[in-house]
Amino acid sequence: MNETLNPATNTLRPDFAAIAEWIKPGAKILDLGCGDGSLLRYLRDTRDVFGYGVEIDDDNLLKCFHNGINVIQNDLEAGLSGFESNSFDYVILSQTLQAMRHTEGIIQEMLRVGKEGIVSFPNFGYWRNRMQVIAGHMPVSETLPYYWYDTPNIHLCTLGDFEALCHQCNARILERRVLSAHNRPVNFFPNLMGILAFYRFERRT
Amino acid sequence: MGVVTPQYVQIVKPLQLKSGYVLDSYHLVYETYGQLNAARSNAVLICHALSGNHHVAGIYADKEKSSGWWDNMVGPGKPIDTDRFFVIGVNNLGGCHGSTGPASIDTRTGKPYGASFPMVTVEDWVETQAQLADHLGIEQFAAVVGGSLGGMQALQWTLDYPERVRHAVVVAAAAKLTAQNIAFNDVARQAIMTDQEFYGGNFYAYDTLPRRGLRLARMLGHITYLSDDSMAAKFGRSLRKGELSFGFDVEFEIESYLRYQGDKFADLFDANTYLLMTKALDYFNPADSYNGDLSAAFRVAMANFLIVSFTSDWRFSPERSREIVKALLDNKINVSYAEVTTTHGHDSFLMEAPYYHQLVRAYMDNISI
Repeated sequence: MNETLNPATNTLRPDFAAIAEWIKPGAKILDLGCGDGSLLRYLRDTRDVFGYGVEIDDDNLLKCFHNGINVIQNDLEAGLSGFESNSFDYVILSQTLQAMRHTEGIIQEMLRVGKEGIVSFPNFGYWRNRMQVIAGHMPVSETLPYYWYDTPNIHLCTLGDFEALCHQCNARILERRVLSAHNRPVNFFPNLMGILAFYRFERRT
Repeated sequence: MGVVTPQYVQIVKPLQLKSGYVLDSYHLVYETYGQLNAARSNAVLICHALSGNHHVAGIYADKEKSSGWWDNMVGPGKPIDTDRFFVIGVNNLGGCHGSTGPASIDTRTGKPYGASFPMVTVEDWVETQAQLADHLGIEQFAAVVGGSLGGMQALQWTLDYPERVRHAVVVAAAAKLTAQNIAFNDVARQAIMTDQEFYGGNFYAYDTLPRRGLRLARMLGHITYLSDDSMAAKFGRSLRKGELSFGFDVEFEIESYLRYQGDKFADLFDANTYLLMTKALDYFNPADSYNGDLSAAFRVAMANFLIVSFTSDWRFSPERSREIVKALLDNKINVSYAEVTTTHGHDSFLMEAPYYHQLVRAYMDNISI
């Protein structure tokens, strides 16, 4: 699947397509930190999923309403106690992990509530980021479009870091996808060449 | 909305109440706003709360200050848009604004029912509202909407008539009252029932009203519908005369406000209706028939839901709404839930917080008719 047009913002969202490829048609989905709901809407329209978004921000909730998706106003930091264990085929956390305080907690909750978890995040190990650090500055880039003093991203990580966390949380990684700055799959040195990482994982039993 | 006129319907089909009592016939007073479309697919029922009635929107001719209780929500161009929807407000059975209630004449005795008026429940109200829908030729509601006790009716609709409700908008409600909530209701009832003018509910015969009791009940209720913060912001410790008078007359503004609200209410509202409404609140518990399993209770529901709560509402707290949401999620039902940040407590559902109204508007706009 190639680049996808995001109907809500009319911008290209290759990450949507990457996630959609993993979703079985008709699946039941929970999208954590769903923003304006455009990913869920995209998955509903292309994968015929049934789902709910979880979002804390009022403005985003209204946008979800306009996008016609189910959304539950809830603080992810408080966990997912309102959701039954094992009640979703996929629990998605798309580019939200790095902004969460309870990183480990949310991974645990994803493993509890979903049969599979899907996480995407900007790779801090991307070579341009590393160059900026070497040059003496915190990275500012397409996927990290903030300065150090105004960023909501408090838990940035590299591919290697995330994989270590999965191991620690008893999550078995089923599939990994890494995209380059040009939205192409990265096969060599992903932790260096990848700008965006996607993981699909499940509970290790 | 403009000028509106109440209408009446006499229902002659006997009604078997949940208590077992059979009411042979009763009438309901209702108002409608907007036009029922040819497909009869744009009807919205508004269920009222404890002290509400059928007068949801608009004003009465030749009567100032007669705006409906949800006039900020319902009307042309309002969140529940009467240019698009055919909206119905109905006074519940047992009410005191025109539907058959304790002050109505019992044809068997020729006297007001008074204490002999049967207990009514949320389920009973839904049944009477379904009779009204039949009368109006409405097979299915686009939405049933309610706040507080009204929200309970919207919930019950989706259980008793799943195929007759496409959407339920449930605001500041609960799937059951907590012990604390029942306790408040009972203090209110005791205030009324221990008033010497109550005469066991038959005060009509004595040409009097249990004003003191009703006033206390309302004052207590009013405190619980507001929040500590909103009372602090509105009244603080402001003094009526600017200085202490070292007496038991009104000194603080909050006292003045509560007494005024209590007095106003005591002259307008029927004490027996107040008792009935609070009991209906206490009894509501759809999970009761399912060993307390609310998710099991909602297995039959087919509607799409919007659940709204308010952060400062401690009488019908967000936790209660989240219980409803959980039960709906467990049944893979379409539901959206919004927790609106306000300072106005339970009364927030009647107020015009921008985010709250935008949510309801966006939700209603998405309803296809």
